Amino acid sequence: MSDFDWGVIARSWSFLAEGMALSALLVAVATSGGLVIGFGLALMRLSSNRLIAGPAAAYVTVMRSLPLVLVLFWFYFLVPLAIGRPIGSLASALIAFVMFEAAFYCEIIRAGINNVRQGQAEAGLATGLRRSQVMRHIVMPQALKAMTPLVLNQIIIVFQDTSLVYVVALHDFLTTASIVAARDGRPTEMYTLVAVVYLIICLSSTKALEFYRKGRAG
Amino acid sequence: MNYRWNWSILLQEPYTEWLWSGLQWTVAISLVSWAIALSVGLVVGVVRSLPSGILRMIAGIYIDVFRNIPPLVQLFLWYFVLPEIVPETIGLWIKRDLPYPEFVTAVVAIGLFAGSRVAEQVRAGIEAVGNHLMPAALATGLRPMQAFRLVVVPLGLRAIVGPLTSEFLVTVKLSSLSLTIGVLELTAQSRHIENYTFQGLEAFTVATIGYLVIGLCVTGLMRLIDDRVGGAALRKAGS
Repeated sequence: MSDFDWGVIARSWSFLAEGMALSALLVAVATSGGLVIGFGLALMRLSSNRLIAGPAAAYVTVMRSLPLVLVLFWFYFLVPLAIGRPIGSLASALIAFVMFEAAFYCEIIRAGINNVRQGQAEAGLATGLRRSQVMRHIVMPQALKAMTPLVLNQIIIVFQDTSLVYVVALHDFLTTASIVAARDGRPTEMYTLVAVVYLIICLSSTKALEFYRKGRAG
Repeated sequence: MNYRWNWSILLQEPYTEWLWSGLQWTVAISLVSWAIALSVGLVVGVVRSLPSGILRMIAGIYIDVFRNIPPLVQLFLWYFVLPEIVPETIGLWIKRDLPYPEFVTAVVAIGLFAGSRVAEQVRAGIEAVGNHLMPAALATGLRPMQAFRLVVVPLGLRAIVGPLTSEFLVTVKLSSLSLTIGVLELTAQSRHIENYTFQGLEAFTVATIGYLVIGLCVTGLMRLIDDRVGGAALRKAGS
């Protein structure tokens, strides 16, 4: 059993903070970009035109059945080839995250919209509202309410997923910690720290979300 | 895009061999970690549903801890940290004598993470069935523990065949994490081919198809099981 040396954390604090900042950036971009593209995909999937709904459905199915690690590799190698110049691992990881999470947000948004009863939209149309008005004033407000907890839950999952950018050597929180671990020969302290930090952030968010859900249900 | 696709690269030695062995590792890791996840998840999920007690709390702590640390971090804890913090003789045994150390570490890490997710499904299934079947079972004269063991748990498990399918597919995807500790599974092998030939997109395409095929097979098989014994069969019997 190695002697613990927690000083190693204090010495590398600013480097680790940079890693955490990158993880936070990934969450922010993946969530906002994923929601926007996911919303577009959801509208496509809800279309009655099969030529529009089909490709969106295929995209979602493929993305959801692939490991994120493989998707990261795809974009890491594909994007520079497609646009003809290198874009760096950060940009490619951001694109990969947005495209991957979009598939998951699509399903959340679609379920939220489907959840609003058909009759309500029909009633709205019957009162003389246009389709876009029905969507904006009747369907979306209720759908948003239903999907909020699921979106919040997905954000926690995205935060956990950011650790996977380790495979494209991006300096997220886990990668910075593993660099320090290798440099100082201190894997025990560094990986324990990473586990504890993730545990505290994710567990408290999960519990807060449960509390919020119960409060809304009751 | 001036990438020159060259599919024939995949038919050259040793790349076909690499992809094939990668697929086998992926399947092996998925199956073994799923076996661990199911056994741990069943026990923990049932314990978590018991009326009261300290065991229930312990099960809750397991679920909270294992679900809230990213699986890759857990894998690193098992691989880099565990050998350092156990007594020296055990640590040495893990480093030197454990057969297939990377494979074993990967399936334990992935199995215990997936186990915490399975446990939640099991608990949810038991809860959903228990609320209305428990009073009925008690009314037939069973004692509470008997009603729980003989009626609520079996029916609760049958009801969750569907959700368990998704959990298995999550486990298949998690198997890709083991590339970080040097297991040459499907994703690792395609990355490997990229390294050697710069024709990575062909290899990634094959890996993608591999995951899709595994997914389709699992979904089909589970639908069959669901129709025979699972939630679908229950709904049919009820209607």
